[in-house]
Formats: sequence, C-alpha cells, structure tokens
Amino acid sequence: MIYGEKNVAITGIGLSEVGRPAQASPRELALRACLAAIQDAGLNRSDIDGIATWPGFLGGTSGMSDVAIHDIRIGLDLKLNWFTSGRETPGQFGAIFDAIGAINAGFARHVLVFRAISEASARKRNRNVILYGVQERASGIHEWLAPFGAVSPVSWFALYAQRHFYEFGTTREQLAHIALNARRNARRNPAAPMRDPLDLDTYLSARMISSPLCLFDCDVPIDAAVALVLSHKDAARDLRNQVLRFEAIGSAIRRGDTWFRPDDLTETSSHDAAAMMWSRTDLTPAAVDVAELYDGFSILTLLWLEALGFCGRGESGPYVEGGHRIALDGELPLNTHGGQLSGGRLHGLGFAHEACVQLWGRGGARQVQPQPRVAVAAAGLGVGFTGCLLIVRD
Amino acid sequence: MTVAANFDDETWCKGKPLPAVTPESEAFWTGGRDQKLMIARCGDCGRLHHPPLPICPHCQSWSVAPVPVSGEGVVVSYTINHQAWLPNMQVPFAIAYVSLCEQSDVWLLSNIVDCRPDQVQIGMRVRCRFVQHEDVWLPVFFPAGDDT
Repeated sequence: MIYGEKNVAITGIGLSEVGRPAQASPRELALRACLAAIQDAGLNRSDIDGIATWPGFLGGTSGMSDVAIHDIRIGLDLKLNWFTSGRETPGQFGAIFDAIGAINAGFARHVLVFRAISEASARKRNRNVILYGVQERASGIHEWLAPFGAVSPVSWFALYAQRHFYEFGTTREQLAHIALNARRNARRNPAAPMRDPLDLDTYLSARMISSPLCLFDCDVPIDAAVALVLSHKDAARDLRNQVLRFEAIGSAIRRGDTWFRPDDLTETSSHDAAAMMWSRTDLTPAAVDVAELYDGFSILTLLWLEALGFCGRGESGPYVEGGHRIALDGELPLNTHGGQLSGGRLHGLGFAHEACVQLWGRGGARQVQPQPRVAVAAAGLGVGFTGCLLIVRD
Repeated sequence: MTVAANFDDETWCKGKPLPAVTPESEAFWTGGRDQKLMIARCGDCGRLHHPPLPICPHCQSWSVAPVPVSGEGVVVSYTINHQAWLPNMQVPFAIAYVSLCEQSDVWLLSNIVDCRPDQVQIGMRVRCRFVQHEDVWLPVFFPAGDDT
C-alpha cells in the first residue's frame, strides 16, 4: 500500500494579526498570512504552483469565509497549475487532504493552504449573524434543526455532551478542564485573545448557553488568517525549515452521521477518521508528544481524545480531570496555544499551525519540552465532518 | 391532549424559523393537518428512515413512501437552550433527539413542550403533538406521563 501523505511535508507556516475585531480587512489578513508562510518556507512567490482552501468564498454576513482564491492568486501574482476549495470535505482539514492528493498526482509541488475568518467583525455589525444567517425559511441542513430553535451549533453539540454525561457520568467539573487548560496555555501565547485568568469557580458559575455547555465551553469569534505551505518531500529537503512530514492522515466516514442525524452521540465519525489514521502508520497513541484537538466546543475535544485512543470510550472525563495530564508539562500536552476556546476560532487550520509551532520548537513560553517529534491534530465535529493528521519531525 | 397552563404555542413559535418545505419533506411538515406524524418507510424492507430520502438507505429500494407512525418515542438526549439567537426567540426551551418507538434508530430533533425545561430527562417517554404555523405543522413532543 502506498500512503501518499508520507510524500508530503509542511515547509512553512504563517499567522496574521488576531483581532476582535482586527484593523485589517479579511483579504489583508489572508494575504499577510500567506506571504508569511511562503517566506517562512524560504520560498519565493514564483515557487507556489497550487492553492487549496476550506471552505472557499461564502460571502453573506456571517464572516465565515470572505476571501476567495482569486484574491490571493491575483494579490500575490501567483502562477498556478492547480487550485481548489469546497466545504463538503472530511472536516476543515479537507484542503490539506486535497493538497496532499494534488502533490502526489504531480499537479503541484508547493501548495499554499489558507483559512481566513472574520467572525468578530461580522458580530460587531450584527449580533444575529450566527451561522444560520438570515434566511426567510430554513433550508438544507437547517430545515431539520432551525424550526425547533436549534440554530446554533452549541445546541447541536450540547446534545452530545448531555448524552456523554448520562452514559458515562461525565461532569461539568471534568469538562471544565478543557477550557481551563486552554486558558492556562493562552496566557503564555501573546497572540491569544483570551488571556485573563480563569478558574473552576468562574467556569461553574458562568452563564449557561445550551446546557450543559456554558459560555466557556464555546470558542471565541475572531478576525484572523492562517496559512501553511505543503511541499513534495523531495522539494522540502533543501528548504529553510527542518522537514515536518505527514506520517498519516484520517478522513474516513463509515457511518450515517450528519449534522441533523447522528448514528450515536458518543461514538461518531471521528472514530472512523482516527482508525484510518492509525491504520496508515506503525506509530501508536503512546508515541504522540503533543495533541492539538478541535475545541469549537469543549465536548468535541473529549470526543476526539476517545476517538484517537488516548483513553477508552467514555473515559475522557476522568482522563482530563484535574488538568495535570493535559498540561504543558503533562503526559499529553493539549491545545498548547489555547485552542479556539482561548486562542480564537481559526476554525480548524489553527490546530495544524500550532502542531508545527511545537514541532519546530517555536512555542516560546508555551513550548513543550523536550521539543516534540510527533504531533496529532484533529479538526471537525463528529457529524460526518472529521479529519485528523499525524505530523512527525524526523 | 392536555397542555400545561404555562406553555403557550404562540410564544414557542416566536423567533424560530419555519422550514422551507420541499416535495420530499412535505408529508412530514403537513401531516399534522390530519394529526399524523408521517415518516418515510420502505415498501420492500419495511424499515423507516428520517429525514426522507428517495431511496431506502437500508435496502436500496426505490419504493419509499411516507406512512403515519404512532408519535410515541423516548428522549435520547436533550439540551436547554438559554440564548435568544434570533430576534423574539423566547428562552429557555428544551431541544431533544427523540427516538421513535416503532424503530429506535429513527431519531427526530424536536422540542419537548408542555412541561418545564428542567423536567426533561434522558429516557423520558414522550408523545407527539403539532403546532401549526402558516403552512406547516411542527411535530413537538410532550411527556407521556406514564413513566414509573
């Protein structure tokens, strides 16, 4: 079996200003992140011959995705062989999986992968923008959700959390440690927007949004952009940074999960993606030095810890209890930049960025010691929208 | 059917967008006109699925048609939503996945009504009733009241 991801390396990363809101426009943020990633790789703009982005231009009022590929292509005067975007992918890492495929197919050698988001500005303009937007009638997935007031993903995922509490005895005190750990790490990350101290009492007394999820279980809207350069491994060796190789990826879905109809609320398509990833490597969860796991809502991180095999089904509550195991100096440092809960909602790609920061030893006050060699990153939500990556520094 | 004195259908409807009814979903959203909860059923294997598809996801038969079910179910999970996401939305209210008694892997996302939100529990037996608004009859669920 040929595992094409092993032929692909991450050679550069870039992150824009992170604002609530930002001074710069979404396009400026995206252009700055892309340029930073190209320069970080030690490449010239003329070396970039592909672009992949998730979800691609959406427009509207939500701030979800206001930058198009042509904004980057024309702004940076790129000569491309290949480009793609699209939102129906195995989670927000879909653009990474596309880029790996294109590099293996020989469509492109150095692919820019970016994500720009401007949800902080959107909320300043209109409090009611949320993902649902302003539709006259609810259509698509919303036909089955919005008529019952389930217009925010927090309600959709609160249903997962409540079931986890019921089946396994998970408590708010346990779930809190996903948020508290994120805040502790964000306080060591100068780019993180949420840096005030957060303790258990404050968490437990916070406003409930959709039970059992409270304010601190929800990630923070920001304006920012993040970019990665993915290169063929043969083209990566002579570049500026030590080679970070994709050891394995997981994109599988083998069950009927959708946004409005899960098969099971505590074992989801995240398990399929994780099983695929581990089937493509000799490494095991014990080899992982640092984990960057999606926390759009705190419960999703618990579900990823189980899906990836760091603990058994239903055991993630006790696993994170007390927070020591997942701290920067614990056995599995988790969401080292503050995740999206405190580092801001870069909506997936930020977790791949932070995995690279840690593997390259650039974490500053939040750097895991000794410098990690193996990182896992996961994005998506268990609703038929999940993907994960295993990245290694040889 | 008894309705709790403190529960008001008109208030419940406020701020909740109505569905864009399609030919495939029309039976589901309008069955309440005849007090019937209409769920897609395969004419060959007999299994139900929801939301409706033109093909049976279990046996790949094309002979799928909506049929009335009892409207009895069990709460699989729930959340009490406290945030007014849209203008006029009245909070709090209970959102739940309800599994149908005819086939436990058929789940409806709906609301639990006619009780205080904090009375909702996983495993609670519930029954369907309808709230009409414009051209749709929204199936919501209320406690069956026979839990022991």
